[in-house]
Amino acid sequence: MDGMLAGARAGVAVRLRGVAKDFGGPAVLQGLDLDIPAGQFLAIVGRSGCGKSTLLRLVAGLEAPGGGTLTIGGPGEDAPPADAVRLMFQEPRLLPWASIQENVEVGLARGTPPALRQVRARATLAEVGLADRAAEWPSVLSGGQKQRVALARALVSRPRLLALDEPLGALDALTRIEMQALVEQVWRAEGFTAVLVTHDVAEAVALADRVVVLDRGRVALDLPIDVPRPRRHGDPALAATEARILDRLLADGR
Amino acid sequence: MSEAILSTREAAPRPALSWRGPARAALPWLLPALLLLAWQAGSMAGWIAEEVLPAPSAVVAAGWTLAQSGALAENIRVSAWRALTGFAIGGGLGLALGFLTGLSRLGERLLDSSVQMLRNIPHLALIPLVILWFGIDEAAKLFLVALGSFFPVYVNTMHGVRSVDPQLMEMGRAYGMDGPTLFRRVVLPGALPSVFVGIRYALGIMWLTLIVAETIAANSGIGYMAMHAREFMLTDIVVFSILVYALLGKLADSVARLLERLCLSWNPAYRGA
Repeated sequence: MDGMLAGARAGVAVRLRGVAKDFGGPAVLQGLDLDIPAGQFLAIVGRSGCGKSTLLRLVAGLEAPGGGTLTIGGPGEDAPPADAVRLMFQEPRLLPWASIQENVEVGLARGTPPALRQVRARATLAEVGLADRAAEWPSVLSGGQKQRVALARALVSRPRLLALDEPLGALDALTRIEMQALVEQVWRAEGFTAVLVTHDVAEAVALADRVVVLDRGRVALDLPIDVPRPRRHGDPALAATEARILDRLLADGR
Repeated sequence: MSEAILSTREAAPRPALSWRGPARAALPWLLPALLLLAWQAGSMAGWIAEEVLPAPSAVVAAGWTLAQSGALAENIRVSAWRALTGFAIGGGLGLALGFLTGLSRLGERLLDSSVQMLRNIPHLALIPLVILWFGIDEAAKLFLVALGSFFPVYVNTMHGVRSVDPQLMEMGRAYGMDGPTLFRRVVLPGALPSVFVGIRYALGIMWLTLIVAETIAANSGIGYMAMHAREFMLTDIVVFSILVYALLGKLADSVARLLERLCLSWNPAYRGA
């Protein structure tokens, strides 16, 4: 962990003003304003179809906004390079024909010298606890291990913004808790800005500094989570916040 | 016959560990070996007329004579050259056009329906036309082999490119891969299993086409050797030629399978198979 801390770049701020997006049908996002300070861990929750995945894809640069402005980087700051923003998908999406190490190297910027590529990939694999599996094929890994490799791939370029699109949704409960701890651990060590989209309100509350509830393309609730870290599962303050968010989500459905 | 049955009876009760490995390796050869024995016995007993089907020993003897005269090596060389050159031309074109139509919607609209139309013509039906165009020269054989191997490689390459996981494509783009890198790292390896299916299929068609072409119009090669022997009623050489084709076909398929295993070792379906 300490090795990764050295030279780690700080997080980057994200600013959305009046952002709109549609895919030829009704608007998925409309007039969305959101400020994410540098280094914040933001969780976005909402019902299916509320636009949270679209918002994340906009932030990650996979889609362009249909209206409004999306700025990555604070005022007076140059836009960060492409490899400073990384997205972790719901599925591992590893190349089955590349070794685990080569899969991690996919995350490095082009033009990284080969010797450095290896060192960086190895170090990042060690960080997710898979250093001894570097030479193996992804097909031999379990679901949780594959997602660890995907996390290493996202982290290896030392991003300043990490977008997480429900990456833990398909894991079993125990693996999920382990992965949550790992994500929190690397976030604290590296100081990047994290944006997590999730269905799981408990996960959002356990990990994030702030939870935003999206409803029909707008921010319906914006709640800071002030519980100090490390957080314990079943902490009453977290449970109360979770209940409040769930109430809001259920009320939206009516 | 009775010998063979006895020997399998003897093998069965032996302790498992000592014979399992070699016996497993020998199992695919059991049926051909039994047939061969039955054939030899039938010939020796006089049940099978020599003009119809000469004894295996006679076929081996004919092959030995051919090998010693140098005619066998020369004819194999000629046939193999035709097969491989035609396959390289047809398969290479199939690969290139398959990738083109697989990757580009424009390419598909432009080419695919024409190719599909041509694909449904049995290419051997073109033999009279090909003889008119090229005579019985090398070009005629190469053309037919190339045409025959083109379609399986083309269809399977295109299918392979189309079935590359779109989620991996999206990942590649999101992680900053440019067009050529995306092709090399995602499209090509993703399409490869399907490409190999096309290649193995095309290898079968390659031999089939060559046999027919050499039998109908040629003055060298294995097929010619067989037709020439037929004129002199040398049934043993005819049968020997057919066996050579079978062995060459098996050899080509084995090489393709070896390549498949080497290239697709990442895929659990091919590993150690």
